[in-house]
Amino acid sequence: MNFRKYLVLAGVTVFAVAGDSMLSHGMKQVGAISLHHLQSVFLAVANPWVALGILFLLGFFATYMTALSWADLTYVMPATALGYVLLALVARFVLHEHISPLRWLGIVLITAGVGFVAGGPALTEHPLGEAAKLAEKSRAAAVASGVEV
Amino acid sequence: MRDLYTWGAIFAIVFASVVGDVLLSHAMKQVGDVGALRRRIGLARVIARTLSNPNFFFAVASMAAAFFSLLFALSWGDVSLVAPAAASLTFIANAVAAKIFLHERVDRRRWIAASLVAAGVALLAG
Repeated sequence: MNFRKYLVLAGVTVFAVAGDSMLSHGMKQVGAISLHHLQSVFLAVANPWVALGILFLLGFFATYMTALSWADLTYVMPATALGYVLLALVARFVLHEHISPLRWLGIVLITAGVGFVAGGPALTEHPLGEAAKLAEKSRAAAVASGVEV
Repeated sequence: MRDLYTWGAIFAIVFASVVGDVLLSHAMKQVGDVGALRRRIGLARVIARTLSNPNFFFAVASMAAAFFSLLFALSWGDVSLVAPAAASLTFIANAVAAKIFLHERVDRRRWIAASLVAAGVALLAG
């Protein structure tokens, strides 16, 4: 794990929160979508907040995939949970909403869980076999696409 | 009856998101370290390599199924039940699935983390 990789994990959290918030804000401007006019959901994309939200969620997906390419799923997952904490803090300090003691407890639990995972190794080192097979496969793929390894 | 539908939809969300996450993780491990690959073969080729991975498509399809299950669940149940229940169950189920299917070493540290996060999400989103 180096600084770049922590930056990608931070990207996973921030893009998800920003995307969800913008989408939520935009959809409230668009208004309720009737079950009988489901196609109007496509018109929602015309709202700038919705469009921007989708763009940020694409950013989330790209950073999430990048993280999964070098870290275990059980390592990346808690990073996405930090988004809930970030959301609550934004609600408290930017929007000045009230946060109940039970929610503060939730924030503490998630933060503790993330701390637990972050202290351990990011990727399971597979004892020869699977890892070697994977490495061989990616080398073969690289050679096939005409790249020097 | 409505409760049964809601919980059925919640389990559908959890199942589909776990399948999606596990497949996506597997696909990206097959693709390889994206950062290192990009420096070696360029971004366009990394993207092409990811898009040509069949597991990637199954993963996206599963995530789409999870999204539609969420829409169904929300039409039957309250968001204050559906969102935290689905999110926290997904955390636990993901840890189990990662251990079984991805052979990740889910040691005590990661079990504790998954449980803490699941509990925290349930409290925060509830």
